[in-house]
Amino acid sequence: MLKRKSSGVQPTEITPRSVYLNRRAFMTGAAAAAIAGVLAPSEEAYADNRLTTVKSPLSLTGVQPTSLQDITHYNNFYEFGTNKDDPAREAYRLKTRPWTVSIEGKVQKPQKIDIDSLMKLRPLEERIYRFRCVEAWSMVIPWVGYSFSELIKEVQPLPEAKFVQFISLDDPNQMPGLRFSPISWPYSEGLRMDEAMHPLTLLTFGLYGEPLPNQDGAPVRIVVPWKYGFKSAKSIVKIKFVEKQPHTTWNDQGPNEYGFYSNVNPNKDHPRWSQKTERVIGASIFKQRQPTLMFNGYEDQVANLYTGMDLKKYY
Amino acid sequence: MPNRLVIALKALAHIGCLAPVAWLIWHLIQNSLGPDPTAAVTFFTGRGALRLLVISLAITPVRRLIPPLSWIIRFRRLLGLYAFFYACLHLLTYVWLYAGFSLDAMIDDITKRRFITAGLAAWALMVPLALTSTTWSIRKLGGKNWNRLHRLAYVSAIAGVVHYWWGVKPGVLSPIGITVVLVLLLAARPILSWWSSHKRVPAQLARADKGL
Ligand code: HEM
Repeated sequence: MLKRKSSGVQPTEITPRSVYLNRRAFMTGAAAAAIAGVLAPSEEAYADNRLTTVKSPLSLTGVQPTSLQDITHYNNFYEFGTNKDDPAREAYRLKTRPWTVSIEGKVQKPQKIDIDSLMKLRPLEERIYRFRCVEAWSMVIPWVGYSFSELIKEVQPLPEAKFVQFISLDDPNQMPGLRFSPISWPYSEGLRMDEAMHPLTLLTFGLYGEPLPNQDGAPVRIVVPWKYGFKSAKSIVKIKFVEKQPHTTWNDQGPNEYGFYSNVNPNKDHPRWSQKTERVIGASIFKQRQPTLMFNGYEDQVANLYTGMDLKKYY
Repeated sequence: MPNRLVIALKALAHIGCLAPVAWLIWHLIQNSLGPDPTAAVTFFTGRGALRLLVISLAITPVRRLIPPLSWIIRFRRLLGLYAFFYACLHLLTYVWLYAGFSLDAMIDDITKRRFITAGLAAWALMVPLALTSTTWSIRKLGGKNWNRLHRLAYVSAIAGVVHYWWGVKPGVLSPIGITVVLVLLLAARPILSWWSSHKRVPAQLARADKGL
């Protein structure tokens, strides 16, 4: 589906976590421990955790995903603190079981779904997507989940439902970043119904073949790969089908900086920096810059959602 | 303060200011600056510049508050120049890794983005101060003029803090620490002047009463 040249790296070649961890252990001088077999039990523990996934034609091919280390240690998750390394340090406080997601609003079947039933609703797919943060950095992430449209079909929205709102957990006991924050919580994000129905919009439960690490939005998040990262709400507790465009957290914070749509757009600068290029996370310092693609490279699939819209006005 | 000790302390100060740069270059070569090395260098040099600038501004109030520490004046030029050095590294990072040496990109940034404009102002204000940091300049300008000129260091620090606030997302509070310190320093000057004049007045009056 994506018209990208394959440079030969196939999704199946993504380094499994155990190998990856071993390699890191080796690099950090713990080779002796590995040779002594110390790492073997943890590998098994990881093996237990692996999610059964199927491949997806919506995955990128020919790109090397960002390392698990970087995906889990460079996070914007302000509920755990505003520094990039705060979530990795603080997110262990998050309790992801039991967890229910409340489906509310203009739907025929409002319900509270247990996270484990939600995960079993459809087969889990591996989806390798580009991820572009509004702060002009990017990753490639092998997510695990299924199209959000599958859940939408299940709960049957009423005709007046025009938008979907996602609400994240806001428990200061589990999320220390909430304590001294001028931002009004809980985190709220939203999509237009047709955006939410788009097959690329992923209800996400894992990455690198395993359940989401807490700092990446466990146990369930949304991923909208053609929009800036903050549109992809994490640790979701409520999904609300609504008639009017819902308020969204970053738009509340700075409406001139963060629009409701926030589609990745190299031609529309952020007031504080250009969006023409991005820094590739994990690349060496002099090779970090690369051009940003319209709709983050998903133009062929999503441009038709916005025909006739002035994307500089509706940023 | 014996000269020898000052020389030893100055050597330590040089090491203290240069060691972080050595650390940075080492990690740069090792490619071990973390997931986003460009941002790491920018933040490191930017924060370093601002901290050194603020420390150099703290020298005068500290001396007035604690007279036995008067000798720390001999470190002010050194700290100020290192602040400028860090600011130049920070600027180089921007010119190289953000703007890619493109003049168009830089002009675009400077004219459109107030946070860049404030940063440039902070840097530009440091240039005349660095140029007139020599003893020869002090003599040439005269102490009074030189002092007046070097009050621009406060303006530069204010521009640096404004640059920092405008650079972070609304709702991010990371510049709060350095801001509080700078506000205290700005308040310290008039407060200390007021305090010392009030201290002196009663003493003079007492002396006058005794007919001295
Ligand atoms: C021409 C001059 C300057 C330019 C173009 C410039 C550019 C930048 C850029 C691009 C950033 C990164 C912002 C971000 O990605 O969030 C930044 C951050 C910063 N700059 Fe500058 N800057 C300049 C001068 C200065 C000066 C003179 C100082 C200090 C006195 C300074 C202090 C800082 C600080 C403290 C940060 C924030 C670091 C952080 O978030 O941890 N900058 N600057």
